[in-house]
Formats: sequence, structure tokens, C-alpha cells
Amino acid sequence: MLEFRQVTFQYRHGAPLFLNFNWRVEKGDAWAVLGPSGCGKSTLLALAAGLLFPTQGQVLVEGQPLTRPRPHTGLIIQDYGLLPWATVRENAALGLRVRNLYGADGIHAPKDYVPRTDVTHWLERLGLLEVAGHFPAQISGGQRQRTAIARTLALEPDLLLMDEPFSSLDAPTREGLQSLVMELWADQHLTLVLVTHAIEEAAMVGKRILVLGNPPNTQALVLDNPGAGEAHYRATPEYQAICQFLREALNRT
Amino acid sequence: MKRRDFLLALLALLALWQVLAWLVNQPILPDPWRVFGALIQETLSGDLPIHFLASLWRVVASTLLSILLAAPAGLVLGQSQRLNRLFTPIIYLLYPIPKVVFVPVLLLFFGIGDLSKILVIFLILFFQILVLVRDQAAALRPELILSVRSLGAGRRALFRFVYLPASLPGILTALRQSIGTAVAVLYVAELFATRVGLGYYIYFQGSTLLNYPAMYAGILAMSFLGLGLYFLVDGLERRLCRWQVR
Repeated sequence: MLEFRQVTFQYRHGAPLFLNFNWRVEKGDAWAVLGPSGCGKSTLLALAAGLLFPTQGQVLVEGQPLTRPRPHTGLIIQDYGLLPWATVRENAALGLRVRNLYGADGIHAPKDYVPRTDVTHWLERLGLLEVAGHFPAQISGGQRQRTAIARTLALEPDLLLMDEPFSSLDAPTREGLQSLVMELWADQHLTLVLVTHAIEEAAMVGKRILVLGNPPNTQALVLDNPGAGEAHYRATPEYQAICQFLREALNRT
Repeated sequence: MKRRDFLLALLALLALWQVLAWLVNQPILPDPWRVFGALIQETLSGDLPIHFLASLWRVVASTLLSILLAAPAGLVLGQSQRLNRLFTPIIYLLYPIPKVVFVPVLLLFFGIGDLSKILVIFLILFFQILVLVRDQAAALRPELILSVRSLGAGRRALFRFVYLPASLPGILTALRQSIGTAVAVLYVAELFATRVGLGYYIYFQGSTLLNYPAMYAGILAMSFLGLGLYFLVDGLERRLCRWQVR
């Protein structure tokens, strides 16, 4: 589904964040990317989204090198992603309205796209119907993040990229949304990549976990975590063990 | 503001005017009824409407001109730190200059037609809109633009869904704040070298014909012009910028 092939990346005046970096995401995987701040994990996501391009090497999605953001890839960022002047409903429909503006051109929208603007189904699925007429400043952080999720899912992505989506939320809201994401991952047949700096979040959401260290990242440290996403995983010894392992891995970097 | 309070304030002002007219008891301050009578008469059989329309046209033309030029310039400055650094000192120097002092200069350069009058108002509105739209555009987070781009938006969609709505509050706030100044400056501009416009009408009725009720009718017409435009902008702001908690 997503492949980093010998990727080297550096910002214009910086040292390389990635050096000949290889990483493969299979269709239907749920990945968490964990690392300290400054390790390049947001850059990794921007590369996967086609918003940044490698200095050397290639990023491929479904075997095709990325040259621009791809219509079937959804990206959700921590905050700031909603238009402050649009209601929850309008924000949720924004991606569709962008597509309607261009039509099914295969670049901004998939070739088989049928124009539509109704997002009621997604507002309902994410519990946002009551606040559909509110503006982002009038709703809670959790509701804002669910609006961002609705907006992205309305575009029916097959690859969902999330950059620290829940880090500004309080613990109960965060845990609720983590479970929701895993539900959606399962019933929408998504491929999921979630970037986080929180060990517990990585262990809860990532069936596979990529640990990044201080740059440059060359070797991918990958951890299997098959129990992730299950209802009571948080209470199991496996979860504790994974968290402990990740903590040590982060301390080494 | 409730409609009832608004009407009460209007009535209070009219009453005050009436009382003052009684106290002064001279032709230079006619009471409201005579002035309204003159207003109706001048509107129906005089040439007040021509002067009103001339003034209205000058305000509207200069407003549109300043929006069309200042809003895009403000967006560009707000999004480009380099250009903003370059232009900030220039704007800083020009912004506080009272533009009304340029009336004679503009008359010399652009003649006695509408253009010089339109340009004076344009100068005032241009800087107001430029500065407010620039600040609003600078407050747009790069993350917001990135996330809208990730939904497939190219330049056209960014303009339609981000830049245009983002610059609206700046434009409307600038207009609301400066429409009064614009009409005041219009009055001054219309005192010079013209035979149409409310400024000319007021001055001509008052100082040449000594027709005081008609002069006051002209003042009322100019007030309606300013008030009407203010209400229009205020209403638009309320409708289009509901998201801004004021």
C-alpha cells in the first residue's frame, strides 16, 4: 500500500532526517509511528501524504511514486485543520465541496467521483448531529477532532494518515477517540498510519509500531503488537510489556 | 440593539432638535418639520436626487476599487513574510497621514472630474483594508492550508474556501470603521471644483442661496448616505461573519 524506498530527506538548511530509509505498510495494516519530538515523524507523514517529497529515493503508494497529494489518502492533523468560519456540517463537507469544484479529474478527486455534499451519515456516525450548526470555536476539542475525522472519512479514503490527532485532548476523550478510530479502521477497511509521541497511544492503536529515534533515521525499528485495538487490551500484561519495551526503546534513542 | 431602542433614540434626537430650534428661534436652525418638508420637496421637484446619486456613485466606486486592489494585496502581504517585511515600513509611514490633505494635490493631477474625488476616498479605504486583511491573512496557520490541501484543494479551491472567506472579515471591518471618514472626506472633496454632489449642494444652498431648510435637507441626505452604507456593511458582517464572536 505504502512504501518508502531508500528515502533520504532533509529540509533546506538542515541535517537529514531520513537516510536511505526503507519502510513498508501493507494494505489493511494499522500502524503507529512513535518517536520523540524532532525525530521526523510528522515529516514522515507529510512525505506519505505527498505534501513533501524525498531528497532522494521514492515514496510509493500502490506501487506508484507520489507526485502530489492523492485523492484516496486522508490526512488528519492535531488541530487548526478546521475552517473557523464554517459550521461543523460545512467543515465536514469541505472535502466534498473541493471535489465538486474540480469534478472527477483524477487529480483532485478520483475519476469515478460522483458529486455530493451530504455528510449527515458521517455526522451521525461520529455523534456530531447535535452540533452540526455550531462553529469550531463553539465545540469541544474532542468534537473538533471528530469533525476532522468526519471530513476525511466522507472522502472515503483507503489510506488514513493521522498526525498527533489526539494529543491536545484530555485522557477520557482521547481514549474514546482511539477506540473509535480502531472501530472505523475495522469497518471501513482502512490502512491506518497514526503518528504520536505517546507510548500508550502507540500501544493502543498500532498493530505494528514503527519507532523513530534521533535523526538521521536509517533502520526502521518495527514492533508487532497484534492485540492493539481490542476492547480490554489496556488491562492485559501484553499491553504493559509493549509499553515497557517502547519506553526503553525511546530512552535508548 | 433592539429596534425599539433604536426608534426611541431617534425620537429623542428629533425632540432635542425641536427644542434647540425653539430656543435659537432663527432661520439658521429650522425645526425638523420644515427640514423634512424641504427634503421631500427637494427630492420630488428639486435636484437633490442628482446630487445624492453623484455622491453615492463616488463612494461606491471608490469602495469597490479599494476592495479590488487592497484585498488581494493584503492577502499576498499576509502570506509572504518577505514582502511584508519590505512593505511594512512604507505602510507604517503612509497609514497615519490624513489623506484628506491630498484633495488639492489630486485635483491638480486628476482634474476636476469624478476621478480625483474617487481617489481621495480610495486612499483612505485602501490602507484600512490592506492592513486589516493583511493581519487576518497572517493569522492563517500554515497547518490550516496544509490540511485543506490534503483534501485535494489546489490554488482555485484554496482561494474559494480559504483565502476569500478569510479576507471577508478584514474587508468588512475596515469598511465599517472607515465609511464615516470616507463620507466626511467626500464632503470636503465635493466643496472643490464641482457642481454635483451633496457636499456642493449643502455648501451652495447654505452660503449662496441662503436656503437653510434645503441646506439641512442636504445634510440629512448625506447622513442617510453614511448611515445607509454603515447599516449595509454592518448587516453583511453580521450575516457573513457569524463565526466571529464579537
